[in-house]
Amino acid sequence: MATQEEILEGLAEIVNEIAGIPTEDVQLDKSFTDDLDVDSLSMVEVVVAAEERFDVKIPDDEVKNLKTVGDAVNYIVTNS
Amino acid sequence: MTSDNRTVVVTGIGAFTPLGADAASTWEGLVAGRSGVSLIEDEWAADLPVRIAARTAVDPGEVLPRPLARKLDRSAQFALIAAREAWADAGFTTPATEEGSPIAPERLGAVVASGIGGVTTLLDQYDVLKEKGVRRVSPHTVPMLMPNSPAANVGLEVGARAGVHTPVSACASGAEAIGYAIEMIRTGRADVVVAGGTEAAIHPLPIVAFANMMAMSKNNEHPQAASRPYDKARDGFVLGEGAGVVVLESAEHAAARGARVYCEAVGQGLSSDAHHIAQPEPSGSGVARAIAQLLEATDVDPAEIVHVNAHATSTPQGDTAEIKALRRVLGDHLDHIAVSATKSMTGHLLGGAGGIETVATVLALHHRTAPPTINVDDLDPEVDADIVVGEPRALPAEGRLTALNNSFGFGGHNVVLAFRTV
Repeated sequence: MATQEEILEGLAEIVNEIAGIPTEDVQLDKSFTDDLDVDSLSMVEVVVAAEERFDVKIPDDEVKNLKTVGDAVNYIVTNS
Repeated sequence: MTSDNRTVVVTGIGAFTPLGADAASTWEGLVAGRSGVSLIEDEWAADLPVRIAARTAVDPGEVLPRPLARKLDRSAQFALIAAREAWADAGFTTPATEEGSPIAPERLGAVVASGIGGVTTLLDQYDVLKEKGVRRVSPHTVPMLMPNSPAANVGLEVGARAGVHTPVSACASGAEAIGYAIEMIRTGRADVVVAGGTEAAIHPLPIVAFANMMAMSKNNEHPQAASRPYDKARDGFVLGEGAGVVVLESAEHAAARGARVYCEAVGQGLSSDAHHIAQPEPSGSGVARAIAQLLEATDVDPAEIVHVNAHATSTPQGDTAEIKALRRVLGDHLDHIAVSATKSMTGHLLGGAGGIETVATVLALHHRTAPPTINVDDLDPEVDADIVVGEPRALPAEGRLTALNNSFGFGGHNVVLAFRTV
């Protein structure tokens, strides 16, 4: 199972690929929408990429609760 | 502000075409008589009946940042690049929504069309669905494939709030968009409109579909000689891709902000054939009605017309029907009109054609030079007009000049645009 650091690193790479945000700017307290230029459509892409990378299922109902990078990291740590 | 007959001028141009990544390099390619057609080297083309096309000279991925490009269909990428060039060329430095902009967003429109829309996105995502499953289909698919996507993205880019529109009429779409934009300004709905056409359909399905209609040249052995409007051996069009965009503006607004003016966008003539879903009316009567309507609706003087950028796609029927129409309406005036078929160099950009050919027409007036028609080795004797063959030709150095840009589309759509030096 991936550690919290590995998940953060992986999410940073995904956000970089999708939104073009430098990986070092993707921090736990950052909001996907407000800080990282990830709109609701791009968030679906982030979720699908994260599911594949960390072998986890993130149901559609859960996505709205993932406001910050930290929310996503916690969800993945708990559910993978 | 609400006068219903305002003068419209062209204040900016942009192009992303098989001949170059901007309007200047496209124009250089046109006057040099360069062909943008080449063999499609991709594996998918190996067994197709048609293996030639006119790709853009530069890949849009080299121009747009990747996070933006991956959310845009290729047709919208072309349109955005050409629109940015035209917007800057017109002297605008910020979106209209920013403070200090010389144009209010409520007075700015965007009208950009394509013939087929995001067809490669649709087909590619269907492949993803079949091969990788439901979850992997991009959430950007719908905003990418919708035909109004290029217009909407250009509208977002410049901050247009007077209206964003996409008239669709197959290969007349780009010209119809520019005609629509002229009307928006003429009738007072907007002061500035970014308008043009774009197309990105170089994919096996559209190619095979057009080829099976017997509409395309199968001259795979000689790609650069395949698009040959008016030549006796012409055997169909060559598919091209790219975009052409202009900034149209009320003459009053342009003067008030001291904008450079390329020419006047005088107006349009429109008609429809009611003849056949795909074949041109062979006598050219529909096209003739569009030209006649232009002359009726505007103050264009046939004696001042010196140049026509013809639709001329290199199909056996269409090229001659258009010439017959020009002769029927313009009579002896046609003898002093330099007719150019720039599709001999760019290929046929479908809905993008009216965009890049408007840019070519505007530059022909600006430089007082008609671009050549290449590959006319044996002029069809039925072509009863003064075709600019092989080399560019100087247009009269003095006096007011008018030029027409013709575009017709499957479905029987006929659009004629008129531009005039100021």
